[in-house]
Amino acid sequence: MPDLRIIFPEYALGIHLPSLVPYIALFGTIGFILMILPGLIWIERVVIALMQDRSGPNRVGPRGLLQSTADVVKLFFKEDTMPQSADIRIYYLAPFLTVFCAFAAGAVLPLQTLTFRLVDSSFKTVPVTVGDVNIGLLYILAVSSLQVYGVVLAGWSSNNKYSLLGGLRGSAQLISYELSMGLSLLCVVTLAGTCQLNKIVDAQNGLPFGIPYTGVWWQVPLKGSIFSWFWLGTLLVPVCIYTIAMIAETNRAPFDLPEAESELIAGFHTEYSSMKFAMFFTGEYVSMLIVSGLNAAMFWGGSLPPLNIPPLTWIPGFMWFIIKIMGGIFFFTWLRASFPRLRYDALMNLGWKRMLPLGLVWVFLMAVWGLFRPAPASSDNIPAEPVTASQTTVQQVAPPVEAKSLASRQR
Amino acid sequence: MAIDSRDLNTNALQAQGMSIDPLDDTTMVINMGPQHPSTHGVLRVVLELDGETITRATSHIGYVHTGIEKSMEYQTYLKAVTNTDRMDYLSAHINNAAYTLSVEKLLGIEPPPRGQYLRVMLMEIQRIASHLVWLATHCLDMGAMTVFFYAFQQREKLLNLTEMMSGVRMMPSWIVPGGLRGDAPDGWFERAKEFCDGFPKAMEELEDLLNNNPIWRDRTQGIGIISAEDCIALGVSGPTLRGSGVAHDIRKTTPYSGYEQFTFYVPTGEFCDVYDRYRVRMAEMYQSREIIKQCIENMPDGPINVDDRKIVPPPRRELDNSMEAVIHHFKLWTEGFHPPIGEAYVPLESPKGEIGFYIVSDGTNRPYRAHMRPPSFMNLQALSAMCEGRLIADVVAVIGSIDIVLGEIDR
Repeated sequence: MPDLRIIFPEYALGIHLPSLVPYIALFGTIGFILMILPGLIWIERVVIALMQDRSGPNRVGPRGLLQSTADVVKLFFKEDTMPQSADIRIYYLAPFLTVFCAFAAGAVLPLQTLTFRLVDSSFKTVPVTVGDVNIGLLYILAVSSLQVYGVVLAGWSSNNKYSLLGGLRGSAQLISYELSMGLSLLCVVTLAGTCQLNKIVDAQNGLPFGIPYTGVWWQVPLKGSIFSWFWLGTLLVPVCIYTIAMIAETNRAPFDLPEAESELIAGFHTEYSSMKFAMFFTGEYVSMLIVSGLNAAMFWGGSLPPLNIPPLTWIPGFMWFIIKIMGGIFFFTWLRASFPRLRYDALMNLGWKRMLPLGLVWVFLMAVWGLFRPAPASSDNIPAEPVTASQTTVQQVAPPVEAKSLASRQR
Repeated sequence: MAIDSRDLNTNALQAQGMSIDPLDDTTMVINMGPQHPSTHGVLRVVLELDGETITRATSHIGYVHTGIEKSMEYQTYLKAVTNTDRMDYLSAHINNAAYTLSVEKLLGIEPPPRGQYLRVMLMEIQRIASHLVWLATHCLDMGAMTVFFYAFQQREKLLNLTEMMSGVRMMPSWIVPGGLRGDAPDGWFERAKEFCDGFPKAMEELEDLLNNNPIWRDRTQGIGIISAEDCIALGVSGPTLRGSGVAHDIRKTTPYSGYEQFTFYVPTGEFCDVYDRYRVRMAEMYQSREIIKQCIENMPDGPINVDDRKIVPPPRRELDNSMEAVIHHFKLWTEGFHPPIGEAYVPLESPKGEIGFYIVSDGTNRPYRAHMRPPSFMNLQALSAMCEGRLIADVVAVIGSIDIVLGEIDR
């Protein structure tokens, strides 16, 4: 089977292309997020309208596509009110913190990999990621849990009782779900043996359950296919735990307790209006994208096609990644349409009494399985020196790019 | 800068005439309503919270008081009917019937069988419509918003039936002293039958979404418990009373409008909680459908109004060639009829509970006093008993489960 992946040269017009990749990823990620946001809101509204047997947005623009744009324009021109007794500095800080953390978490998502032909005719695979750091998973968990400060500070500084209750609920919820989420991701880490997200994706590019790849005809379509991704590799339970935890983490229905509109008016953002409200809204949708992206990378094969057969492999990897993220968004909408909201104590029960013990047991199981299974595909998991954004890693064990090209010139 | 929230608490309590020791003040007083998304109108509940647990709940009413009862005293008996629609605006036919039956008792008349059957049919249509609004809003309060749209689709069909007959969707004033304002139009019974055929399937869909949904059960089972004794002591009636296991349905105990001719059973609950009230109302909708079907099958022929031109206006065709008819018409719409001196009260089973109009006649053409027994008002008294010791989320569930309409409470 011919390899249909596009291979780029190392130099074009005298520019060293592999070192441009992180910047492409940076603009790509931010641009994608900002561009998809109005579309995302539109998709959610259309999908939920279909589920509820009604028309949905259909007034502004063709099929209501410009509805979100109109909403943003409206929010720009709304009066920015502030309660008199609010703590001004914190009140202003909270929405910025939410949006900042949401965007920052996107920095380590592995969009796809690009292959370059170096001047010495060897191949090099560069992940398209803003910062391909070896602690990518820890970074994403850390940044996304900082987001709770936005909720807590907003709830506290508004000096409104409903906001305060919303902020309290938000912090309690986030703390209890962060643990289960971490445990479910730990199951993947034990199998992949790395915290670097693009290597976790790469670890899924093998055969189901770590069967060694020998290139027999039946193994070819299965290589990196849907059956070898970690949703099955970790035996389904961690992906369920993660999916529940990610909904709780982003405060979406049925776990939207911090802003339960039928109980707490609007919860922590009751007192926010105009663009400050829009920032909370943006933060929520961006974190939906981020957690879905993490779900896609950890459990659903990231940029890998579901089967390693031609029509699917022609689609570039980042498209698969986006398709998987959109699948996550659809799931979010589906849940919102189907379930009533949980009560606060039921939420805590689910988090601490069900998911946490189950997660612990599964981490243990995965650790035992990790002792007896075949060795993982990628061998060099812990790089000797810290890797920065400009200094991209190489899939094979190789010295840094500059040194190698210099060496070839000497020869 | 920031106002101490403790001062606000103390002020709020002092405003209610409660003194508080600032040293032991560990609770927070929160004002739920009158502008709140899930207090079903403008109910105001003052909650004293310890964390999220309610230690005291007091309901305050009167925000939509419009003096409907007083304005009824200034209108002739026939015209006062229109005021009754506006009280419990979700069950207009039953309000009309409650007023009408009391006036008819004063007058000592009873409409012919076809009139009775049509009334029963309209009342049962209204009962299903009212229960569907209850289901929709109850679920919306709990965060299950899809049910809202499915329930309103069914209600739309019922409102279309009312509109087809009377030209009005919600305020028909169709049941009047002496009978009804008009007979069913052509094709009406077929439309009603069509509804009855499609209704169980639609209800099954809704029950599939809720009955065994773990979140729904968790939110409703064991919540808002009130014993049968407490219900009776507080004057609670209707599905709220039946949910506590008392099979008291006025359609069975003191039948009116010929309810004794229909076969239906009275569903009752067992565990006195929100879930049982939910099941009781769902079962009642099926029973109402049974009654509607029996009405369609056994609908007698003949007149719908009493044959007394002093009470019922003459038909339009008589006005062209009968001077007497013109005089009757003129007298009835300007002066109205004069019931004998006396008082009357006829209880009816409304979707909310026992409804009835206490009407005092002083022999003139206008009621001396018209007072409604509002079931929602009596049922609301159980709110604080049901809420204390529970969480904020439960208040919303409980308010939904007792199905209040503020238009009826404040009048």
